[in-house]
Amino acid sequence: MNNFMHLLFSTDFAFSVLRVMTPILFAALGALISNKAGIVNIGLEGTMLVAALTGVITSAYSGSAWVGLLCAVLSGVIIAALLGFFTLKFKTHIILGGIAVNMFASGGTVFILYLVSGDKGASTSLKSGVLPNLHIPLIQDIPVLGPILSGHNVLTYVSLVAVAGLYYLLAKTPLGLQIRAVGENPKAAQSVGVKVNRIQFISLLISGFFASLGGAYMSMGYLSLFTRDMTAGRGWIGIAAEAVGRSTTIGTFLSALLFGAADALANALQILKLPAELIGTTPYIVTVIALMVYAISESKKKKRKLTKAKLKETKSS
Amino acid sequence: MEISPLLEMRNVTKIYSNGVLANSNVNFSLEKGEIHAIVGENGAGKSTLMKMIFGLEEPSEGEIYLNGKKVKFQSPQDAIDHGIGMVHQHFMLVPSFSVVDNIILGMEPIKGFNIDYKDAVRMTVELSAKYNLAIEPLAKIEDLSVGMKQKVEILKVLIRGANILILDEPTAVLTPQETEELFRELLGLKREGHTIVFISHKLKEVKEICDRITIMRAGKTEGVFQVADVTEQEISRLMVGRDVILKYDKTNHQPGSPVLRVEHVSYAESDAKPLLNNISFTIREGEIVGIAGVEGNGQAELIKALTGQISDFTGHVAIGEHRLQGHTMKEIRDLGMSYIPEDRMHQGTAADASISDNLISRFYRFKAWNKGLFLNKKKITEFSEEQIKRYKVRCSGPEQLIGMLSGGNMQKIVVARECDDKPKLLIAEQPTRGVDVGAAQLIHQRLLEMRQEGCAILLLSADLNEILEVSDSLLVMYNGQFAAYFPDAKQVKEEDLGFAMLGLKRHNEDQIRRAIHV
Repeated sequence: MNNFMHLLFSTDFAFSVLRVMTPILFAALGALISNKAGIVNIGLEGTMLVAALTGVITSAYSGSAWVGLLCAVLSGVIIAALLGFFTLKFKTHIILGGIAVNMFASGGTVFILYLVSGDKGASTSLKSGVLPNLHIPLIQDIPVLGPILSGHNVLTYVSLVAVAGLYYLLAKTPLGLQIRAVGENPKAAQSVGVKVNRIQFISLLISGFFASLGGAYMSMGYLSLFTRDMTAGRGWIGIAAEAVGRSTTIGTFLSALLFGAADALANALQILKLPAELIGTTPYIVTVIALMVYAISESKKKKRKLTKAKLKETKSS
Repeated sequence: MEISPLLEMRNVTKIYSNGVLANSNVNFSLEKGEIHAIVGENGAGKSTLMKMIFGLEEPSEGEIYLNGKKVKFQSPQDAIDHGIGMVHQHFMLVPSFSVVDNIILGMEPIKGFNIDYKDAVRMTVELSAKYNLAIEPLAKIEDLSVGMKQKVEILKVLIRGANILILDEPTAVLTPQETEELFRELLGLKREGHTIVFISHKLKEVKEICDRITIMRAGKTEGVFQVADVTEQEISRLMVGRDVILKYDKTNHQPGSPVLRVEHVSYAESDAKPLLNNISFTIREGEIVGIAGVEGNGQAELIKALTGQISDFTGHVAIGEHRLQGHTMKEIRDLGMSYIPEDRMHQGTAADASISDNLISRFYRFKAWNKGLFLNKKKITEFSEEQIKRYKVRCSGPEQLIGMLSGGNMQKIVVARECDDKPKLLIAEQPTRGVDVGAAQLIHQRLLEMRQEGCAILLLSADLNEILEVSDSLLVMYNGQFAAYFPDAKQVKEEDLGFAMLGLKRHNEDQIRRAIHV
């Protein structure tokens, strides 16, 4: 137990929180942008998986992790474009489209993996690339903070920059305004000539872009190989993180951080002699609790708003 | 010298893909700088005509000329580019956005990659000053009153350079004060050289601010007049093809024993002030009790309590000997209550279901309508056809989706369903709101028939004309309580009613207690 507490308050643990958070954050950002545009992309999990495999294969054949990353991103954006094509142009229900993406990815990646490596479980036979870790000068010399913040995979930093970028996009730019308008009242957007389908398509592409970065991180940073269903629900947890974060950029980031911490905790708990299966449930329990807290506070907020409106009414009358 | 009109539609016909003929050989012209009214019953083709001008629909035949040049609009954007703007009846605003956000959406001024909010606010403020449409640029839409939202809609249209403004029943949602303000603003726009198309049901308003009037009936134009040259009676005759009788012949008869008893009902949400405060009254067989009041004085909650939509109120509500509290909607209906809800789009009908499905939704589970495990389709169809005929519902047949019908025809179906199986008690909540005169009359006649048959009817309405004409007795709600009881609705002076509704005058307890019959 002592050992465990020691570990919990170590810089290693804080470091691992960020490490574990990265794919969840990417998925959450993907969920955020698509939700903002009113088109719920539940294909994030599958998109991540496809990108993870694409990254591994292309980096192995090209010999460059960067080419692998590029191709991974490309594959994610293509998946999102396909999803958009079917749902926006041919009006497939977006949830069904998302389910199709997930099922296709889960089976398809194993199939491709087998074709390429002759193995149905992992890509051990491929010499795939790994994206570098960055040691940030100056910051790495700060005590405590240095070991926590420095030395992460390049994509971890990208995910943090992406939070700022997405915040800026949504809050400050015309595209962001239009995305938010389309998500909240598509008729209003349409009535002033905003092309609703186009905005939703763009949002899906950005969503696919984020998801694919998360996928690439899984197989080229977090691990250095592809294994079957390696995303293990991170796409879904990302969607939960977006909801708990109340569809705000900052909130989504914070809740992704929380889920990352839960995941890291699960890893840390393994030094206690608890059943591994039990420990493995930690992140999901945190998800359920967080969603409950979210739902309760949401309904309370509604009530408060009602009373406030009523007070206003009594005052004015 | 003849000047070509600003906008002209020549021999325009519109047939929708489902075969409905919405406009047939319509001619319409708009002179620069006028306020032009379009009046007509629901389903007369006003909306379709406007949709074609605004590029939401394309004419099946005929041409549209703008400034003498033939135009073809394929999207609202086309129309906007040609200086035509539409203020929709249901506002097209994003609730969580600020006024400025809504106004600049789709045409954001930019600086670098960013929206130039300084410029956006400046544009908005300038525009609102120019047209005397006072708004708070940074207020959130969801916090604004309906009147303010409408101003934002008008500004939205103006900032896009519209010189022709189409207003679709703009006063339907406004208070009298807001309406006056709107009229001042519209006259201001007219002075600035804008041309306005004013779609309305309210002839008084048309007389007040419009220059010319186009009257539509059943997809055709019935005439174009200078407003000053026609009387309201003439307009209404052309609209409905007969004089609108707002007087009903009511036989005098003695109401029977009480059907609905409401005793000391109070209700509050959480700890807020009570929405219903010690309400007691009865409705007897063959009696129509009207409830009047300014919206938001507890009428909606009263209806909810009576119909089982809320159950956490105190007091006692009973139909005959049966207490209603704790019973489901279905059980309450089985006791003989019918309910015509105010919101026909969401509560009154299932828009994606057919007319006959909607008609039987109240009693499909009864044996008479089933054959073994299945519905008795034949009987249902016959029944539907009968009802459609009886209520003069304009539709293609019982299988048409109810969502395709105009508001008035949809409401007729709701009334048909609720009135058919001889209910003991009918709760009619705004049964003719937003419905054309013809349909309203038909619905009123039906209510009076039901009264004759001994049904107890509660009529809640914001339409004073309706409530004074149709009701036998009248209760006025103010601040969650009854403020007045008039035993004979016919004798009520509008002035007295107004005073009671606005809480200026109150009947004493003894007077109000007369609403309780034993």
